[in-house]
Amino acid sequence: MSEGPPRSQPSGEKKRRTSLWEEWDTPQEHWLLVGSHRDGRERSLLLEVAARIIFPTVLVLSLYLLFAGHNRSGGGFSGGLVAGQAFVVRYLAGGPMEVRAAVGLRPPVIIGAGLSLAVLTGLAPIFWGEAPLTSAYVSMTLPVLGDVHVVSSLFLDMGVYLLIVGVVCDLLRTLGAGIEEQSPRPRRRPSG
Amino acid sequence: MLLLVTAHLVLAALLPTVSRWLGRWAFAVGAILPAVSLGWALTSLTEVLAGGTVDESVAWAPVLGLTFTLRLDILSLLMIFLVSGVGVLILCYCVYYFKPDAQSNSRTSALLVAFAGAMLGLVLADDLFTLYIFWELTTVCSFLLVGQDGNTKQQRRSSIQALLVTVLGGLSMLLGFVLLGEQAGTYRISEIVASPPAAGALTSTALVLILLGAFTKSAQVPFHTWLPGAMVAPTPVSAYLHAASMVKAGVYLVARLSPAFSDHTPWWPLIATLGIWTMLIGGYRALFERDLKTLLAYGTVSQLGFLMVLMGAGSHTVAMAGATMLIAHGLFKSTLFLVVGIIDHQAGTRNIDELSGIRRRFPVLTVIGAIGALSMAGIPPLFGFLGKEAAFEGFLESGTTGDLVVLVGLVLGSALTAAYSFRFLWGAFGTKPGVEDSSAPKPSLGLMVPAAVPAALTLLLGVVASLFNALATTYAEPYPAGDHPYYLALWHGFSLPLLLSAVVVASGVGLHLARDRVVRLGGWLPDFLQAQPGYERTVAGLDTVSYAVTGRFQAGSLPTYLAIILLTFVLVPGSAVLTGGSMPEELRLWDSAVQVPVAILVLTAAIAVTMAKRRMTAVILTGVVGYGIGAFFVLDGGPDLALAQFLVETLTLVAFVFVLRRLPSRFTQVESTRSPRWPKVAVSVAAGALVAVSALVFSGARQAPPEASEGFVEAAPEGAHANNVVNAILVDFRAFDTVGEISVLAVAATGVASLILATRRARRPSAAEETEGPRKSREVRK
Repeated sequence: MSEGPPRSQPSGEKKRRTSLWEEWDTPQEHWLLVGSHRDGRERSLLLEVAARIIFPTVLVLSLYLLFAGHNRSGGGFSGGLVAGQAFVVRYLAGGPMEVRAAVGLRPPVIIGAGLSLAVLTGLAPIFWGEAPLTSAYVSMTLPVLGDVHVVSSLFLDMGVYLLIVGVVCDLLRTLGAGIEEQSPRPRRRPSG
Repeated sequence: MLLLVTAHLVLAALLPTVSRWLGRWAFAVGAILPAVSLGWALTSLTEVLAGGTVDESVAWAPVLGLTFTLRLDILSLLMIFLVSGVGVLILCYCVYYFKPDAQSNSRTSALLVAFAGAMLGLVLADDLFTLYIFWELTTVCSFLLVGQDGNTKQQRRSSIQALLVTVLGGLSMLLGFVLLGEQAGTYRISEIVASPPAAGALTSTALVLILLGAFTKSAQVPFHTWLPGAMVAPTPVSAYLHAASMVKAGVYLVARLSPAFSDHTPWWPLIATLGIWTMLIGGYRALFERDLKTLLAYGTVSQLGFLMVLMGAGSHTVAMAGATMLIAHGLFKSTLFLVVGIIDHQAGTRNIDELSGIRRRFPVLTVIGAIGALSMAGIPPLFGFLGKEAAFEGFLESGTTGDLVVLVGLVLGSALTAAYSFRFLWGAFGTKPGVEDSSAPKPSLGLMVPAAVPAALTLLLGVVASLFNALATTYAEPYPAGDHPYYLALWHGFSLPLLLSAVVVASGVGLHLARDRVVRLGGWLPDFLQAQPGYERTVAGLDTVSYAVTGRFQAGSLPTYLAIILLTFVLVPGSAVLTGGSMPEELRLWDSAVQVPVAILVLTAAIAVTMAKRRMTAVILTGVVGYGIGAFFVLDGGPDLALAQFLVETLTLVAFVFVLRRLPSRFTQVESTRSPRWPKVAVSVAAGALVAVSALVFSGARQAPPEASEGFVEAAPEGAHANNVVNAILVDFRAFDTVGEISVLAVAATGVASLILATRRARRPSAAEETEGPRKSREVRK
């Protein structure tokens, strides 16, 4: 369970030398507020609100990375990880309920959708008589955005993006919420 | 041809749905395709008899030289008569045999049709790999059909034994195919047979491996015990798979390759020895069986040995005998199995000791069964007699010592065959003193007709012997015929084969009359001749070995796993790096001064990790190392790499935080025993040093500017319309790899999620268990 304060030594145990050097990394508080108190006690209002505020911004950034990836740094993998970390922030602040509020789909569905999108993009050229995974290229001029170049491999990147988001959400579901449900309820201990 | 085979498999996929509407009539729907195949084969009959073939080829991976090649010739045609012809009969029989509302009907019908398709593909395949694929498909169908719903221990054991034995043979056969194909330079069977590879150690090894496959599939000694065990399957399944068609696959393979290899050293001696041994053991065991079906199964084992010898011998007359016996056995054995099925269905037992007076009750059935059994015993004028006469004649012709020894074996085996044929007749239809007459309702016409058809053919082909002559002669064409080619006929004059046949029948009758004394032997065999204990010991031995290996390596201790992984890393790639690698000639301390503080940070963190007492501290310090490496990527101009590194590092840290909540906060090892620390230190230092050394060696291994990278850089703007080469590689040039990698990621994520969530689910009683309740008893009548 989460890290408690150093315990007093039981009398029978070999006495451990405690010094500043050995104990400098003793946590002063619980690592994670979520999971310990799901009923609302000890939740940090500030953290939760901040997480909600930056959440859309991070998602937009991740979309930027996804679309920019073809010509600049980024791509589906990086974009997916950034988007995933947006969910991680929500989770750290508010626990599984927050993530469930943010995305309605179950993580395996997202993973499957991403994989299907990538594979279908790869197979699509067959219907035009091309070899699988051939990419096509479209240029157009849109009113506001100006010249836009779209490469069909972008859809493959979107598949990767979705899959990574799904994997991160799955991580939150299993290692995060899954472990919390397995653990016995912790006794409240005064921190410090 | 390909269309027919595919149609079988498609129909098999549809049958479960069809059977929901039609119930057991789904079997009749399934019979349509085998009937079509049979009709198609018959229309090609004249062409094939003229020596022609029908070829069809689809290249499905031309780059790798893999094609799907099918070819219809005389041997395929004979096998199709068995596969599709008997298939039609069996599927029609099934309609009346299984209970109308049995749940397993949809499953059984689909599997039977799938099997018919796989078997059709097997006998038509002209490519070793095509043949192998269909070969294993039939094995899988057999496993599922023998196992049924796996409710009884008997079903599970028998199906697993059948699977293990035949798959063992199948795998060794695949190995043999590869060796043979590489030796011959082609995987086309017709080409290999036309110009066989030169004799040599490799070719001999290939042939032995292939024969192992044929022997296991066709239940030759010492692999034969799976076949009597497989009799737990419903009778129509046994009649089709384990008498008429699937077990003939090994015989078929031998017949297919014999024109090329019958004069190679290991081929004929191996086949002759095991074939005759099988014939004798099978016949001997059949004399003691009290269960009619198992009696027939041992009879099948015996006959398969006989067929093996006939198909492998490689002389004209014997080959004619082989073709004749192949069809004759298919006909009389399916007759007999279907008759046993009817008796079992009506009287509720197939035990010899419980049946009595069937002859008086079912006179028509008795005639049908008698035709089958007498053909098996080799009584004229039935079809089986023709085959046996031709076989005796064939081995008398050459007069060499080897052939005469084989002949003696065949005569002995045939005598046993005659004896158990009579025993079958007596056991199934006879009236036994002290046993109450079985009361059984009349069987329906739907059950009788499928059994009567092969019996009628047995009689017809025997009486009009010339009918089959053309087929047998065409089959034997690859083997040089003498000046006076043999022909099938009931009467060749007073000759030695006729005398031998008389001896066989007489001793068969004698053995049967002395049955009380014979049975007292109790089927005794010396221990070393018993195959079943051998199989059981082998399986138990494998269990022990795997238990020992798993126990050593899956110790359940994380340090042990880590040690195994690291030691493997140090020993295998490590020795390659140390022996084959060379240090780069030029080593610079740094490229730019900014690298120095980052390096100091990374080194400090790395050293501090080893001294950390708390897990969380160690994880965070590892994170510092990771971020430091990311900083190097930035400094060296790899923003994509750096971005990915930072993001992955962050996510790893989060995952660690989640997991470490469950673990003690301190590394416990430090406080407990101190003795086992040094091995750990040694392993980790060695692994760490190797990583450092190989990083240096790898950086020195690159001599010239890599051409592939330059090519990618050049092609990216035009070929992939991307300025970011890294991304162009990921989603375009190497997109196939990317798809593969994300598939692996998806599988891994699902696996991890299942592992973690499984323990949680295990606590609650699952909804399925609660609603399902005790499973219903088996519906299929056995």
